[in-house]
Amino acid sequence: MTLAGWLQIACLFLLVLLAVKPLGGYMARLFSGERTLLASLLGPLERGFYAAAGVDARKEQGWLAYALAMLTFNAAGFAFLYALLRLQDVLPGNPQGFAGVAPDLAFNTAASFVTNTNWQSYGGETTMSHLSQMAGLTVQNFLSAATGMALAVALIRALARGGVKTLGNFWVDATRATLYVLLPLAFLVALAYVATGVPQTLAGAVEATTVEGARQTIALGPVASQEAIKQLGTNGGGFFNANSAHPFENPTPLSNLITLWCILVLPAALTDTFGRMVGDRRQGAALLAAMALLLAAAIGATYWAEASGNPLLTALGLDPAAGNMEGKEVRFGVAASALFAAVTTAVSCGAVNAMHASLTPIGGLVPMFLMQLGEILPGGVGSGLYGMLVMAILSVFVAGLMVGRTPEYLGKKIGAKEMKLLVLAILVLPLAILGFSAVAAMLPSALASLANAGPHGLSEILYAYTSGAANNGSAFAGLSANTLWYNTTIGLAMLMGRFAYVVPVMAIAGSLAAKTRVPVSAGTLPTHTPLFVALLSGVILVLGGLQFFPALALGPLVEHFLMLAGKLF
Amino acid sequence: MIAHLRPALTLVLMLTAVTGIAYPLAVTGVAQAVFPGAANGSLVTDGKGTVVGSALIGQAFSGERYFHPRPSATTGADPADPSKTVYAPYNAAASTGSNLGPTSTRLVERVRADAERLTAETGARLLPADAVTASGSGLDPHISPAHALLQASRVARARGLPVDRVEALVAAHTEGRTFGILGEPRVNVLLLNRALDALPSG
Repeated sequence: MTLAGWLQIACLFLLVLLAVKPLGGYMARLFSGERTLLASLLGPLERGFYAAAGVDARKEQGWLAYALAMLTFNAAGFAFLYALLRLQDVLPGNPQGFAGVAPDLAFNTAASFVTNTNWQSYGGETTMSHLSQMAGLTVQNFLSAATGMALAVALIRALARGGVKTLGNFWVDATRATLYVLLPLAFLVALAYVATGVPQTLAGAVEATTVEGARQTIALGPVASQEAIKQLGTNGGGFFNANSAHPFENPTPLSNLITLWCILVLPAALTDTFGRMVGDRRQGAALLAAMALLLAAAIGATYWAEASGNPLLTALGLDPAAGNMEGKEVRFGVAASALFAAVTTAVSCGAVNAMHASLTPIGGLVPMFLMQLGEILPGGVGSGLYGMLVMAILSVFVAGLMVGRTPEYLGKKIGAKEMKLLVLAILVLPLAILGFSAVAAMLPSALASLANAGPHGLSEILYAYTSGAANNGSAFAGLSANTLWYNTTIGLAMLMGRFAYVVPVMAIAGSLAAKTRVPVSAGTLPTHTPLFVALLSGVILVLGGLQFFPALALGPLVEHFLMLAGKLF
Repeated sequence: MIAHLRPALTLVLMLTAVTGIAYPLAVTGVAQAVFPGAANGSLVTDGKGTVVGSALIGQAFSGERYFHPRPSATTGADPADPSKTVYAPYNAAASTGSNLGPTSTRLVERVRADAERLTAETGARLLPADAVTASGSGLDPHISPAHALLQASRVARARGLPVDRVEALVAAHTEGRTFGILGEPRVNVLLLNRALDALPSG
């Protein structure tokens, strides 16, 4: 580990924290219906959308109508994307002449991009036409992130209000999130990417004659525009197979820093939006503190593991100073790669700048565990915040049990109904991850997809369903996932992880919105103090550990000890 | 649900027009006008205008007279049987890493073979890690400065140049960390080899 490496990590934290206040405030004003900076520019467009769609922007929806609108919107997006992928061979914008996408892969990919997962069973530059990348994948990068933001804002309103039935208007929230937050930021970031060397062209591939006279086909395309929203929307689906390890997606250490900032900035800023909208910014700061604390610990552990290198390779005469470089790029090295691996999985991004399959066992355990915690550190755009609020409610419930008082969060009494719904939501992740993994580990046809034997093979399966159900999208990419079994089951895991989780959460929101806020009393557990930050962090770790430690022990942990013992598979 | 169909379909279509068509085209327009070199892939051309590669994409140098890149795990279609893939390093139309886990026999055997060859060739006791590990993209355009210096005497011998001249060229092509903290020091292999070819011989 080097001083420069640690400074690089500190520099990222600082740049993200600096943006939390202005961006958080901007989003709070936007979702409270106040006039914002871009209103004169985008207002007419926004109102035109509502007129065409028959939406009355002032009419609010109850939790069920809000959730149904969200589901219908996503179903329409799914159907549109599925059709586009199946028909890309007969549609324009296909300079490389790719075939239509097969049904199982199109299902998996549509589920993947609609749920903000961006799991990719395919290599982008060898499968997707430019039209599919732009009008299909890029669009869902925006809309899935906007959906997450809308859902988070609805839950915030439920906590901020009292004695009402409505949570806002989904159409307005999703449209505003896209037009006023994601679009302008993505435009600026895309140009910054091009300045660092990311291509942006409608041409197909370039044929080069190399210095030694060989032919090299260099795949190109509208990379920067997709790259920007891929990171800002915590999507993570790459234009190229190698994702952000590809020099065209992430050409320099500076583009790498821009990428990491984009991944973290909106989920982090939404904590401040939350604090402002509930009228106590300290509440948002407490959530952000717990996120930052656990994320910093995860980054430290990954960096240590990767910098320690692979003893099996050191024994062959490799200089251990550079750490574990298999699957990593020289321009990033272990510090920027370990930082990226932890950030991309703590957030539900899933972009990778190094191949996670080739991380050391502990370096691969941390990303897997971060996803299994539910991706709330700070998690995906919107999904991270509502996931964290679920954990905060669980924490006050646990504290309530300890002292024998009815728990309350932000003045809302947490009752049996909310807790039942909450348990329903948090059981989705273990059910999808452990259930599908267990079946796959017993199916010979599923095991035939493994690229590595031994405990690493189990890790490949576990990682795939973890990544799918947690809506991350990164992979231990040795697994040949483009099969009927994996495309279907991972597709289902992604849909469960997103929609089976969020519908109970919306029901909780509906229930909380109807309750009046009770005044703070001497018996109230304050939820903005370091004590609460510690309690919240503890609840997150214990819950995740209890659910997933046995599976992790059989995969990465056992591989770690076998690696130290010199065992090969 | 039926009542939601009209807004759902309308908004998906209109937002597709804005984010899927207008946004990428606007970025393309500005990028092509302001950063034409980068927007088209940072292509490198020779004196006659032929594209020899991209400054951002590695190439599979194997001749004695050139610096060699890192191992690459990319594959390509088998010319004999297009349904099969064969090892094709630095295939810039299909990026990939090896995806071999840390306890993989295939990884250790591959590294052992490369390490033995390099040790025999250079006499080095400690090899730079990037010299025998495959990158994540399979297209890494860079090698570490230590890996470049390890190859300097071979290149100098093949070209009949003094070693210190080649080493000075490596030093001139070494990029440090950005702002002193970001990333790692590195040497761009394609640009270094082009500079070698541009040197007056002898």
